[in-house]
Amino acid sequence: MCTSTLEHPHAHTPATTDDAPLSYADPAQQPRELERTVEAGDHFIGLVRAGQHLRITDLHGNQAADTLFFSADDTAERYSAMDTVREQGKVYLTTGTVLYSTRGRALLTITGDTCGRHDTLGGACSSESNTVRYDLEKRHMHSCRDNWMLAIARYPKYDLTKRDIGHNINFFMNVPVTADGGLSFEDGLSAPGKYVEMVAERDVYVLLSNCPQLNNPCNGYDPTPVAIRISDSPLS
Amino acid sequence: MNIPLDAATTARASFTAKYQTHLPGGHHWSMRMPRGSALKLTAREANANVGLVMYNPLDLLERLNLPDTLKGQHTFRLTEGHCLYSDMGRIFASIIQDDLGWHDSASGNLMEQHFAAKGWHKKAYQQAFNDFTPSGHDSLLIEMAKYGLSERDLCANLNLFSRVRADEDANLHYVADHCAAGDSVTLRFEMDTLVMLHTCPHPLDPAEEYPLRGVDMTFGTATPMDEHDACYLSRPENARAYANNQLYHLAG
Ligand SMILES: [Zn+2]
Repeated sequence: MCTSTLEHPHAHTPATTDDAPLSYADPAQQPRELERTVEAGDHFIGLVRAGQHLRITDLHGNQAADTLFFSADDTAERYSAMDTVREQGKVYLTTGTVLYSTRGRALLTITGDTCGRHDTLGGACSSESNTVRYDLEKRHMHSCRDNWMLAIARYPKYDLTKRDIGHNINFFMNVPVTADGGLSFEDGLSAPGKYVEMVAERDVYVLLSNCPQLNNPCNGYDPTPVAIRISDSPLS
Repeated sequence: MNIPLDAATTARASFTAKYQTHLPGGHHWSMRMPRGSALKLTAREANANVGLVMYNPLDLLERLNLPDTLKGQHTFRLTEGHCLYSDMGRIFASIIQDDLGWHDSASGNLMEQHFAAKGWHKKAYQQAFNDFTPSGHDSLLIEMAKYGLSERDLCANLNLFSRVRADEDANLHYVADHCAAGDSVTLRFEMDTLVMLHTCPHPLDPAEEYPLRGVDMTFGTATPMDEHDACYLSRPENARAYANNQLYHLAG
């Protein structure tokens, strides 16, 4: 489903060790321990059980992983950028940040971060917003929201529709806010191998789009793979 | 100002008032605003706050999208000359007049769990009748339910009249005394828009007790937009979003 016209030269990374599916149709069937490579323009949907650790690794650097979280008990409760930013009193996310839900409850806590800063204000790319940000003729290009739409259509057991798609986290993105109220998009602080790790405070679904954005200089116009790992034991 | 407005080529839009009413503090309300209409909100008391969300009445899945609004216009503060985008690359409304210079787009709603931490004494209806003290979160859910919408449909809200700035280290600070009595902001609707709002306090308001601060609302008809319009010219992104509206309206 990746319609990127750019062939990136990077070798396939070894995070997927067998031909197991990237995502499971039934979250209950997902093994507890899981490690996968998510190529740019692809999506991952999965379950992180309470107490488990989730690590996302920027394999080649300057990539953005546009991520949503949902309470697995009731997907009407989801990650809230506003509640998270307000309750921690800070715009960026890093080690120690609690990711709050729309009901003001903790979904996950960031326990390790070698990147240092992640954005939650800038939202995800979509074909519609690309027409506004870049050019009316960019509508046909692949986007994070298209990734999410395909995931929720393909995996109905996760009980998600467009209504549930809210304001997300952009792991590895650097979107500085200035004192006079400006907002800019800067080259990432990320680099090959940098990661963010978090622990789930309850059972959560993670819905990740590895951004296929070819219009933003942040990734050098070369979207690259990320790795995702779900584990009972902390990795950092 | 980070909006490159050229006074020689841009013009502030105007509107003709048709109807006026008042929304007291701690209350909520909704209205379908047709394309070409305008709504002016005026703070009756200092440090008012209006929580606001927007939906397309013909397709309730299309909503206010603050991430697209902020990144499309490279701003963390919304003011005159800015547009409020939907998630479908279109403009619900433009800010054609603003006395405040900054409206908060990052802090969300007052929620039940904030009362205890603030030391606010929550008043039930039985104690205070219509001066009871609801949360902004519940207030929006009430209005949304009238249109068949629920918690799943709640999008990130604007906080008009409130200012929250970020310092060098990105720490957030609520700016007290940002809004004076009589300050106003006017929205012009660029497509039919379902507006839902509340006058509950900002979630970071440091007042010692839940403040009841209302707004006057003036409804009217906007003068038609032209190529000299300040909101149209303020950003090339806005011109493209207007083009998307134009395409949407081709179907009549
Ligand atoms: Zn993207």
